[in-house]
Amino acid sequence: MSTRALVTVPKFARRGEVIEIRTLIAHPMETGHRRDSDGRLIPRDILRRFVCRYDGETVFEAELHAAVAANPLIGFFTVASASGKLEFSWEGDNGFAHTESATIEVT
Amino acid sequence: MRHLLALALLAGGAAGGAEPARSGFDFMSRPLQAMQRDDTLNPGMLWVQDGLARWSQSAGTAGKSCADCHGATPDVAMRGVAARYPAWDETAGTVLNLADRIALCRRRHQHAEPWEPDSEPALGLAAAVALASRGLQVVPPADPRLDAARSAGERLWRQRIGQLDLACADCHDRLAGRRLGGSVIPPGSANGYPTYRLEWQALGSLARRIRNCMTGVRAEPLAPDSAELRALEAYLALRDRGLAMESPAVRP
Repeated sequence: MSTRALVTVPKFARRGEVIEIRTLIAHPMETGHRRDSDGRLIPRDILRRFVCRYDGETVFEAELHAAVAANPLIGFFTVASASGKLEFSWEGDNGFAHTESATIEVT
Repeated sequence: MRHLLALALLAGGAAGGAEPARSGFDFMSRPLQAMQRDDTLNPGMLWVQDGLARWSQSAGTAGKSCADCHGATPDVAMRGVAARYPAWDETAGTVLNLADRIALCRRRHQHAEPWEPDSEPALGLAAAVALASRGLQVVPPADPRLDAARSAGERLWRQRIGQLDLACADCHDRLAGRRLGGSVIPPGSANGYPTYRLEWQALGSLARRIRNCMTGVRAEPLAPDSAELRALEAYLALRDRGLAMESPAVRP
């Protein structure tokens, strides 16, 4: 199945306004410390990095570790500086990479 | 554990049943309630997103999608549908829950293989269809053909099972709102399925939840597609009459 992700960004904002951004992504965040029913270690499969770029400039960045729950929700605030494009990217184990984008109109 | 259970049972009040139905939502912490209320926080919406995409994908040898027959989005044609299930199906000649009905539609009209119960695509589409009924009251159909299943379901509800020798009613009727260890005992409402459980870190069906509870009392769980499980689901719907649909709900 293709990766599922939801990003919530206000469509409009006034210049200088502090806006809240929320992202949800479907990911198992398998810690690498659990064992299956046969006692074998389940290999680690987690997201490692999340970046949000606003018109190319990084405005938020996070490192994720094994203690983060599955389907992580990441919420943060930024200042609406100009109309443009927000890009969200997640990177993780096993070559996981996913990108979402949203536009915002600033008046 | 045994002592705890014994204490909890001793502390229990009179048998329930006559009071109006209550939702497990009212028994949750505020942060969890907020998580369910806000679609941007509710992880169940990830499955809904997947289900909505599948709604318009053609499948099977008939090459038809859900949208071809039922309209571009589920919110019109499927409004109120989830609130009526489990229901009697004329062609199948048995009681079906919503997931069974979707599987039947896939087989009958799309000529496609139904998905495995509780698989990601099955849960996604069920969540998208159930979302169309959010806020509507649970309305079990006034269909006498469901009566046998409903009374069989009620018997199962009151039947003590497993090594712990507990019936569903012991906890979810008599002791709802009290605690078992650190957890609040919910009233056993089924108005929010498929539900995102934090314990599962995933969306899951009512069948999975019931089987979960059966394993908890150390009984052999009913098979996911068994008539007994459908009977129990039919009784639970009756018990939930009038509650607002919450799918996809969030539970601890």
